[in-house]
Amino acid sequence: MAVERGRQELVVTVSPHIRSEETVGRIMWTVSLSLLPAFMMGVYFFGPRAVYVTALSIVGSLFSEWLVEKMAGREITLKDGSAFLTGLLLGMNLPATVPFYIPLVGSFVAVAITKQLFGGIGYNIFNPALMGRAFVLITWPRAMTTWTEPTAAFVGLDAKTTATPLGLLKEEGMQRLLEVFGDKMSLYTQLFLGHRAGSLGETSVVAILIGAAFLRIRRYITWHIPLSYLVTVAVLAWIFGGREGLFTGDPVVHLLSGGLMLGAFFMATDYVTCPSVRKGQIVFGIGCGFLTMLIRLKAGYPEGVMFAILLMNCFTPLIDRNLKSKVFGTRKEEKKG
Amino acid sequence: MEHLHQEKVSYWQLVKNGIFKENTIFRLVISLCPAVAVTNSVRNGFLLGVAVLFVQVMVNSTVAMLRNFIHPRVRIPIFMLIISGWVTVIDLLMAAFARAAYKEMGLYIQIIVAFASILVRAEMFASKNRLAPSFFDGLGSGLGFLIALVIISFFRELLGRGSLWGFPIVEAKPMLIMLLPTGGFFAVGILMGFFNWIDMRFYGGKGAGGAGGH
Repeated sequence: MAVERGRQELVVTVSPHIRSEETVGRIMWTVSLSLLPAFMMGVYFFGPRAVYVTALSIVGSLFSEWLVEKMAGREITLKDGSAFLTGLLLGMNLPATVPFYIPLVGSFVAVAITKQLFGGIGYNIFNPALMGRAFVLITWPRAMTTWTEPTAAFVGLDAKTTATPLGLLKEEGMQRLLEVFGDKMSLYTQLFLGHRAGSLGETSVVAILIGAAFLRIRRYITWHIPLSYLVTVAVLAWIFGGREGLFTGDPVVHLLSGGLMLGAFFMATDYVTCPSVRKGQIVFGIGCGFLTMLIRLKAGYPEGVMFAILLMNCFTPLIDRNLKSKVFGTRKEEKKG
Repeated sequence: MEHLHQEKVSYWQLVKNGIFKENTIFRLVISLCPAVAVTNSVRNGFLLGVAVLFVQVMVNSTVAMLRNFIHPRVRIPIFMLIISGWVTVIDLLMAAFARAAYKEMGLYIQIIVAFASILVRAEMFASKNRLAPSFFDGLGSGLGFLIALVIISFFRELLGRGSLWGFPIVEAKPMLIMLLPTGGFFAVGILMGFFNWIDMRFYGGKGAGGAGGH
């Protein structure tokens, strides 16, 4: 992977190339590190079970990677951290209360089926962590949509089940959401800090933003996908999100809730499954935002980030092919029959 | 396929060829739509398999008998007429004698008309061979389809409902995804990989995928 330090993270150009010290392993471990704040907030809100679920998911990923590579006679790539990152992301996308087999099965589907069966790192069509989550969500819908209130686990009380903000918004409307959280300001603050029901690593927007800022400073992600994604969601939420007609929706709630932040910064930007052309990345982000809002507002699920990113992953090769930059000094390629 | 056109091949080999070497689902990878659609219970998979076996044998025999009277230019429409005739027979038979199952999967019985596997055997084999070999080729191909459907639906019903042929087996939480079409593709893909692995590991084959039979 040709990675040029200090400018863009993945440039495909003609030679000469400069060798840099960036490796796949280094990138993967840095991304994992940048997820740490969000994970710590998850542990703070949902208690030891958050650690337990994430650890199982990571162990499952590493084992699946090792197993398939061993069986296929490939080089063992545990050290490059990609399986670790997949496991971490999958764990952070699960509710803290899931039974133990869900992270295990999910990580197996993510690494063994979605990544290794397609040829290993760099060859997968879909984001492995999201695919694992989609599999377990469809397989065990009840366990995957039983949410508990944060902090209950720490004080030693029995976890109290509740709905996610998006679930409330979809089922009972904005009014009910305000009743639960107090006034509008406190709703925004709590969503921003992450004091809400949800998957264990997705709730704390502030922690995710810290991690994303770190990645941005290291130039591991660019603004194209996250920004176009978030702007599309905000605009569509504002126009179509309200119950009283057009232009009455609340974009802030839509931006701060669900898996949107985690998805936009850490999953939609996955190098393997997003377009590498800048224009294409913007198209990708807009597509993700459109599909997310379509699912959130019109479909059966309250949250659509996962399916939106997976669906857009299918379009990545198409986007890349049609928007790739012109190569100067060459004639237009003739169409081959 | 060329070797099959020599008359020396025994009938048993024709049957075996249809079950293993040119298995409709796992080697030729055709007719996947019904293989995914009806295999969420063993009973449905078995019944569709039987219906296909019947149609395949009858179509092959009919085509073999009529092959010298069919002008090559219009052979495909004629084959389709023969196929739809026999599908109507099995459709009416099942509607009369297997009402409960017919209600659930009647559509898939009628759509046997469009199964690639039937037309492929008629075109590739029966239209070039005498009655007896064609009969056994249809038998093998139909049996291969039946066996594949039963294997797929065995795993899907066991994992999806925790039962087999409608009888509860395990009390575990079912994996809902195995009952959905998605789970059908997972099951077909993993089983296909498994059989490819057996073929490569023990018989020195190259493995197949995507109409690799021809």
